[in-house]
Amino acid sequence: MVLSGCAKKDNVAPEFNEQNLAPFSIEFDNIVGERTLTFNNNGSLYTNGSGEKFSISKVQYFISNIKVTKADGTSYTVNQDDSYFLIKAEDRNTRFAKVNVPEGDYTKVSFTLGVDSLRSTMDLSKRTGVLDPAGGMDDGMYWGWNAGYIFFKMEGNSNVISDDVNGDPTGKKQFKYHIGGFGGYSAKTINNIKVITVDLTAGGISKVRKDRSSNVHLFVDLMKVFNGKNGFSIAAHPNVMFSEYSVNIANNLPEMFKHDHTEN
Amino acid sequence: MVLAGFAAFMYACKKEDAIKQTVSTFLGFQTPANFPDPVYKLENNKVTEAGFILGRNLFYEPRLSRNNTISCGSCHIQSSAFTQHGHDVSHGIDDRLGTRNSPPIMNLAWNKAFMWGGGVFDLDLQPIVPITAHEEMDESLDNVMAKLRQTAKYSGMFKEAFGSEEITTARFMKALSQFMIMCVSANSKYDKVMRKEQNATFTATEQAGYDLFKAKCSSCHSEPLFTDGSFRNNGLAPSAINDLGLYAATLIGTDRYKFKVPSLRNLTYTAPYMHDGRFLTLNGVFDHYNSEVQATANLDPILQQNGIHGISLSTDDRSKLTAFLKTLDDADFVTRKDLSEQ
Repeated sequence: MVLSGCAKKDNVAPEFNEQNLAPFSIEFDNIVGERTLTFNNNGSLYTNGSGEKFSISKVQYFISNIKVTKADGTSYTVNQDDSYFLIKAEDRNTRFAKVNVPEGDYTKVSFTLGVDSLRSTMDLSKRTGVLDPAGGMDDGMYWGWNAGYIFFKMEGNSNVISDDVNGDPTGKKQFKYHIGGFGGYSAKTINNIKVITVDLTAGGISKVRKDRSSNVHLFVDLMKVFNGKNGFSIAAHPNVMFSEYSVNIANNLPEMFKHDHTEN
Repeated sequence: MVLAGFAAFMYACKKEDAIKQTVSTFLGFQTPANFPDPVYKLENNKVTEAGFILGRNLFYEPRLSRNNTISCGSCHIQSSAFTQHGHDVSHGIDDRLGTRNSPPIMNLAWNKAFMWGGGVFDLDLQPIVPITAHEEMDESLDNVMAKLRQTAKYSGMFKEAFGSEEITTARFMKALSQFMIMCVSANSKYDKVMRKEQNATFTATEQAGYDLFKAKCSSCHSEPLFTDGSFRNNGLAPSAINDLGLYAATLIGTDRYKFKVPSLRNLTYTAPYMHDGRFLTLNGVFDHYNSEVQATANLDPILQQNGIHGISLSTDDRSKLTAFLKTLDDADFVTRKDLSEQ
């Protein structure tokens, strides 16, 4: 009797109650094509769709505005103030976006890659934690001269990069992709904010309960930066920051996120 | 004995009055009677005396730069109406030179966008640019904050201004904003004439210049701020570095070569002129508008009417305009003690 009672409690989704919050997380596990991510992998370089060999030295991106949805369409958006995360690939501790959502079974999760335009123009006192423009300026996820956040940053090296002004004049053969642009403050400018929705039905739905910690484990395939629908070669575009071309790369980024499994 | 006691009582009263007077002289942010409502969101950052004093200390604080040599006040000098008089482009750390002329810290509460080329829309975020720019202060905000935390006087000043000793980015920026928005220039002869103060009136030449100004200049340099805050291409020949101005921040093709319309207030103190300081004198500016306007991409329509580029300005026009423009000089603004390094 007691045992079956327990089992029943486990399998039946609790009633949706926005006050009854339980831990939920999304894990951003960075990979490169068929391989794990290793920094400065000069001994065994990665190869992109253009056949260019490259290494990676830095990967950082903002994840924000997490929302979960049940099979019946009921959804819950995490309180915005608690919904900004900076994923730094070199620091494994930052790979989780940990939030609280109501107990329930969720079949879909969505989030923003970047920082929404509202927060990008909000009073400075509302931009603390990872959004503090002073927070690790060495990591440079903020453009001062064109006030706004860098949403996604990937840097590395490739021998295909020329040593002139069209490549890397310092001779370090470094590529830099700094993708940002929230759509402009007064005039309409490029908008590289991407909302990503991941369906969990095939890989395993998320069963959020008070007594455990459901984790949606995503693989984030950095190879898609080069090999997404707007594939490009490093030699042709070794440095892309705030420019029109950045829109092409930004459109590749949603393809990076694949649901692998869920740990309930 | 009784008399002495009475005298002492009188003295005490006087002293108290004096103290009260000192306290009450700080009026916070005041909108001049002839100015519109400010753009800066004062409701998010009420100016207090303690916040203003902290901001002034930070403005003149060389620890904001990498090697503690350059303060905001180094390139924004009060006697030059908070510009760097005599420098075409700003002269920063290690004698490095920037690419643009140091703009005045003046009436910023009415500014919608910052920088000659835009890109910054909130005064609270503006100081990040010079602090982190390689050729200006070349420092990180993190480091600035760390240095301030190690400087004894600031813990007390932040507590006075914000209620606790904690030094955060937002508090640091908001204190700087409090000082900067208090740099209001509204006491020129022009302002006194407009507000009908002290029976101020224009001379005949100044009045003639004012009429010319309204006919030939005011569509961009609109009163009372003497700028409409817009970005325009005024037909300057592109410089050697081909500075594209607003375009860099918007990537909109029609923004190429557009720069912010500067205020005409305090011109006597702020030479040289234009975003790259290419004109040393007012006459150089008149020459430009009269005969040197280039038909570059996106030249402002106002400067190409009836097939003619520029604005005709005769010798007589120039002397009258100069007389009027001098009524925009605010001697009080460039000497006020409360805005000076203490």
